[in-house]
Amino acid sequence: MLLVDDVATYHPIVSGNPYQPHMARIVRIYKMVENNHLFTLRFLEDNLAHSFRHQPGQFIMLSVPGAGEIPISISSSPSRPEVLELCVRRVGRVTNALYRLHTNDVVGVRGPYGNGYPIPEMQGNDLLLAAGGLGMAPLRSLLWYALDHRDKFNNIILMYGTKRPEDMLFREELLALVDRTDMNCLLTVDADPSGTWKNHIGLLPTLFDYAKIEPLHTYASVCGPPVVYKFILQRLLELGFPKNRILMSLERRMKCGIGKCGHCSIGYKYTCLQGPIFTYWDAINLPEMI
Amino acid sequence: MKILRLRKEKLDLFASVVQQFGELHAPVEQDGKYVFKRLTRWAEARLDYDRTILPPKKYFLPPRETLFRYRPGEGFLPSTEGLNQRIILFGLHACDVYSLNILDRVFAGKYNDPYYQARRRNIAIIGIDCTPDKQCFCRSMRADFVDHGFDLFFYDTGDYYQALVGTALGDDMVLATGNLFEAVDAADIDDYKRRSWNKRRAFQLDVEIRDLPEIFEMEYQSEIWEELGAKCLSCGSCSMVCPTCYCYDVSDDVELGSRAGKRTRSWDSCLFADHALVASGENFRGPRASRIKFRFYHKQRGFVAEYGRPSCVGCGRCTTACPVGIDVVQVIDRLRRVQDVASR
Repeated sequence: MLLVDDVATYHPIVSGNPYQPHMARIVRIYKMVENNHLFTLRFLEDNLAHSFRHQPGQFIMLSVPGAGEIPISISSSPSRPEVLELCVRRVGRVTNALYRLHTNDVVGVRGPYGNGYPIPEMQGNDLLLAAGGLGMAPLRSLLWYALDHRDKFNNIILMYGTKRPEDMLFREELLALVDRTDMNCLLTVDADPSGTWKNHIGLLPTLFDYAKIEPLHTYASVCGPPVVYKFILQRLLELGFPKNRILMSLERRMKCGIGKCGHCSIGYKYTCLQGPIFTYWDAINLPEMI
Repeated sequence: MKILRLRKEKLDLFASVVQQFGELHAPVEQDGKYVFKRLTRWAEARLDYDRTILPPKKYFLPPRETLFRYRPGEGFLPSTEGLNQRIILFGLHACDVYSLNILDRVFAGKYNDPYYQARRRNIAIIGIDCTPDKQCFCRSMRADFVDHGFDLFFYDTGDYYQALVGTALGDDMVLATGNLFEAVDAADIDDYKRRSWNKRRAFQLDVEIRDLPEIFEMEYQSEIWEELGAKCLSCGSCSMVCPTCYCYDVSDDVELGSRAGKRTRSWDSCLFADHALVASGENFRGPRASRIKFRFYHKQRGFVAEYGRPSCVGCGRCTTACPVGIDVVQVIDRLRRVQDVASR
């Protein structure tokens, strides 16, 4: 018979705690755009640095000690492991605390979470990546994954637009892709007051004039502010894209990242579990999604 | 399942024996209402209670709990505070046991919540049956009876309690009493059936939950949500007293004069204005009408899609707690009502 003193109490905290942040060192802070820096992290535990793998489109929960924990999409491709690159906009309490940190300071990371892009389905198809403003952050992981596995995809088209050249994330890196012959890298700015921009000038949807798109053989990945969704989605539907070939990456408030805390719930789905990549068909069926 | 009976006057004896398995907690009266609380003596227990202010979730997902302590150089150290405590929770009604079975599904799965699970393993549940009052609609929510989730469940059959033994721990509790429990006979089974029938007829509320998710979809634009939004105070009382509301907030605090700190989680509510607010200032459920709609929608439609049943157990606590009288049964009734299309 079991009595209170004899029973080994159940106590699984030490192993397998999904809320456990793993400490990672900031190895590089790159000031891409004012208040949009790229933070490169590496786990302190070497084993974890070697073994951590994610899917393009997934996110991590980032802890800034003393400030809090937030979801951040992973901007680096899993084809380039060992470090994680996070494009973080300075906007709230935790990101402000992150911006006060320096190279070699330590933060916490757990994940990866979310569904990521449906890579197996997308293979063998054309890829259309359409991003506006900060929307490049999650798409950059998919872009480099596709370029590093170039044989697995057919045509690759990137359309990226920002207000001005100096707002463009990953600018040098993307400008270097314009000359590549195995993809169509289309970059545009709404306006170029400095007069130095040598690529397209005009709103993002004008780039459709420069791309050959076959909707039934293409997966379109869209990310950006609401105005981007509004115009790009409209254009994709006009072109005849099936609604499940349009993929969107969504942002929501999250406290856990693993389907418990309730904040990222949309209709009957959790952005953290069934998202953050949703199809346009999901969006139609889930109220208040976009 | 092992089924035994216990003469009613022996219950206090059973209660004294069972304390060797952990600290005894039960409903006690407080200012005319009831709360689950540690007993100082058995006589305090009020097994005739209607419903407690807070549901038993407070034992498993405490209103505030420390998840980690942070120390520079050491990182985040998991807190084990209170997780080892062995408690006997005596006198849960079927709806409350059912609510724990629902929470079990949320806090398990691919990502097991070790804090919840540790408490669930270390807190024993002894259920007791009840008579429905005018707020109860657990039968409509299929939560008026539970077949698992308890160590023991007592059914009042007149002179006896009929005891269903749910777990090995429950069996050990029975064995610890020596010969206190007796075998049941055919007359006891009949007593149970009679009482079960009477309980069924005692319900004053009834809502139909079949096809309710579809009705929610169809009435998504209903004017009822604007009306409820205008009435609701966003106080979150309904979420706090709900036995299955599990939303939580997480915050980090730094200790004064040091760089060490802790990470705490605390109950949250989807009625609060910042529940879906992101750092950029965008609020995905800004208007109050959108928030109260979400609460209903998630319980009666969203949860069904995720876990196969509504997360509501029909305990009536939200209706009792709402300061402006929003009544879940009335809302569902109104959504289901056939309206004259011409007058719309």
